[in-house]
Amino acid sequence: MAQPPPAARAGTPALLTGWGRTAPSAATVVRPRTAAEVAAALEAAAARPAERRRGVVARGLGRSYGDAAQCAGGVVLDCAHLAPGHRLDPAAGTVTASAGTSLADLIAALLPHGYFPPVVPGTRNVTVGGAIAADIHGKNHHADSSFGAHVRSLRLVTPDGAERAVSPAEDPDLFWATVGGMGLTGVVTEATFGVLPVETSAMRVDTDRVPDLDSALAAMSATDDRYRYTVCWIDLLARGAALGRGVLTRAHHARADELPPARRRAPLAYAPHALAAAPPLVPPGLLNPLSVRAFNTAYYARAPRRERGRVRPLTGFFHPLDAVRGWNRLYGPRGLVQYQFAVPFGAEDELRRVVAALAAAGAPSFLTVLKRFGPGTPAPLSFPVPGWTLALDLPAEFPGLARLLRRLDERVLAAGGRIYLAKDSRADPETVHAMYPGLAAWRAVRARVDPRGVLTSDLARRLEL
Amino acid sequence: MRNAVGAVGTVLLLGGRSEIGAAVAERLVRDGARRVVLAAREAADSTEVAAVAERLRAAGAREVHPVDFDAARPDTHAGVVAAAVALAGDLDVVVDAFGVLGEQAEFDADPAAAAEAATATYTGHVSAGLAVAARLREQGHGTLVVVSSVAGVRVRRANFVYGSAKAGLDGFAQGLADSLHGSGARVMIVRPGYVATRMSAHVSAAPFPATPGQVADAVADGLRTGAHVVWVPRVLRLVFAGMRLLPRPLWRRLPR
Repeated sequence: MAQPPPAARAGTPALLTGWGRTAPSAATVVRPRTAAEVAAALEAAAARPAERRRGVVARGLGRSYGDAAQCAGGVVLDCAHLAPGHRLDPAAGTVTASAGTSLADLIAALLPHGYFPPVVPGTRNVTVGGAIAADIHGKNHHADSSFGAHVRSLRLVTPDGAERAVSPAEDPDLFWATVGGMGLTGVVTEATFGVLPVETSAMRVDTDRVPDLDSALAAMSATDDRYRYTVCWIDLLARGAALGRGVLTRAHHARADELPPARRRAPLAYAPHALAAAPPLVPPGLLNPLSVRAFNTAYYARAPRRERGRVRPLTGFFHPLDAVRGWNRLYGPRGLVQYQFAVPFGAEDELRRVVAALAAAGAPSFLTVLKRFGPGTPAPLSFPVPGWTLALDLPAEFPGLARLLRRLDERVLAAGGRIYLAKDSRADPETVHAMYPGLAAWRAVRARVDPRGVLTSDLARRLEL
Repeated sequence: MRNAVGAVGTVLLLGGRSEIGAAVAERLVRDGARRVVLAAREAADSTEVAAVAERLRAAGAREVHPVDFDAARPDTHAGVVAAAVALAGDLDVVVDAFGVLGEQAEFDADPAAAAEAATATYTGHVSAGLAVAARLREQGHGTLVVVSSVAGVRVRRANFVYGSAKAGLDGFAQGLADSLHGSGARVMIVRPGYVATRMSAHVSAAPFPATPGQVADAVADGLRTGAHVVWVPRVLRLVFAGMRLLPRPLWRRLPR
């Protein structure tokens, strides 16, 4: 095989941000094509003298909102094109995929065979490696837990240059430290995980408008066990009696006999495409309390009061935002801040107070979603805990944002909850350390596999992980 | 690291006795900075520096480190930056706030003193600024906050030694900012008008005076929004747009 030009091997300097487009930092981007090239990059970084060691982190499609896939002054391994490929094993009900495979490609490849990834988040533009590093969750967490729960084994290149096979049975400490470990225990190159058999590429969706937060919580508590997927969009700008009103959507994969007759001939047909692209330049302040209030009000009013059994394509249900390419640009040059927290069952009062605080602040979030978490995994840094999770995004230029979110952090922490590292871009180390009691155990594993501190990221530095 | 809302973890203050610098550092600590390095002449033995350190600890700083720094010894500046890194880690924000105002009449009578003041106000920043920039470039992130002055926007006869040094500093900072473009590091220039401090106590207040606290607020705001130039108060930007156009015979006669 022809050798790439030396410049490509050496890497190219680039200014990187997360999906929120805040806090850019410069790194050398290296594009490894094989596990051996990943190992070589890690060994090269480890060989630098300690005082000049700036570290390495892997990056997939850059969908972490904050600084998890940035490494200022160091090396960022662009793993999105790492040895692409996957093998389906129908007998075992598993797929083995390269870490650089995107869920978008995986869905397109699996559906014709009647399979679907076990967990998909709100975008399909994430890689398998990223899904493991962030231990992503989806609308089915209450039923199926997080991505890590479905991983049977993975291949991990550790900073000593070794490629190891790890699984819940083989070096379970390292396996679970890697699941949700934000890429700080090694670089995942390949993973084998369970897939879900499906009959069609459609979803059968029930929709209900819920007039307030309590109705949403009650409806979700009462019926979640009957639906694989549940999500509730919340109008965060509604106050008073309408506080926390929203649109509750619950669904399962449609069976073939649930499809309209015209679609039964090709039940697994799947053709996702972006409908629009955000313009490259958006003025600041486009998403402000006024425009978001108008959107929220219209969205709530347009939703059916009660609709049963509507068959919809799965893209519209799972990934509505992927229809607008580069939607993060709508937040203008200063970007957006995602805030996602979870509080355990029993902390509903605190959840209510957080929603009230956000509504009182007039926080212009038009993508607020409430979900119910089921059992978590043994991974010490995995985000989901049994309980409730609320995710919202706010323009970074929103005045008083830092103070508002710090206040929410305190409430979440006091309620025994935590924030999601894959989305964080602004928390402080002490708060995060207190939110993740498993941190000490995770650090012990990290110290074992990376004693020289080769793997790091802006997130790891900022949060002193 | 700087976070998405502009808060940082570490601060290096060049000019540990500067009232404006101390106010900025205190504000950054209140916003979340945990480690501060105070660089000043004879920093370890100075009661003034100790007082600033105490103030920062009271504001919530976890570590405050004094470090010796002499603006007039450019050969030591890279060492000062390295020492700060060894103590605090990556430098998220460096506040370049040292300088002397002096009195024009005294400078007229003592050219050597004038040159010494110009060193503290201008050339010291050249060596210190370049040393900082080299570090920020290497670490791939960080902001150098340069405290310039409206005095440098158009130099007045009433304080032209100070004004010309600030003009030099301002131009240097602009050029440095451009040279850092794309490196992940950046420069933010702060142009306050008259700020009531010990240093300016002998000068009567000019129109639109500001306090060190206002400068600190403006810096924090600029870090949040990613501003390149910050005027304090903001109205001075408009005022000086006009001042720049004032005919010279009139400009010459301004009272101060």
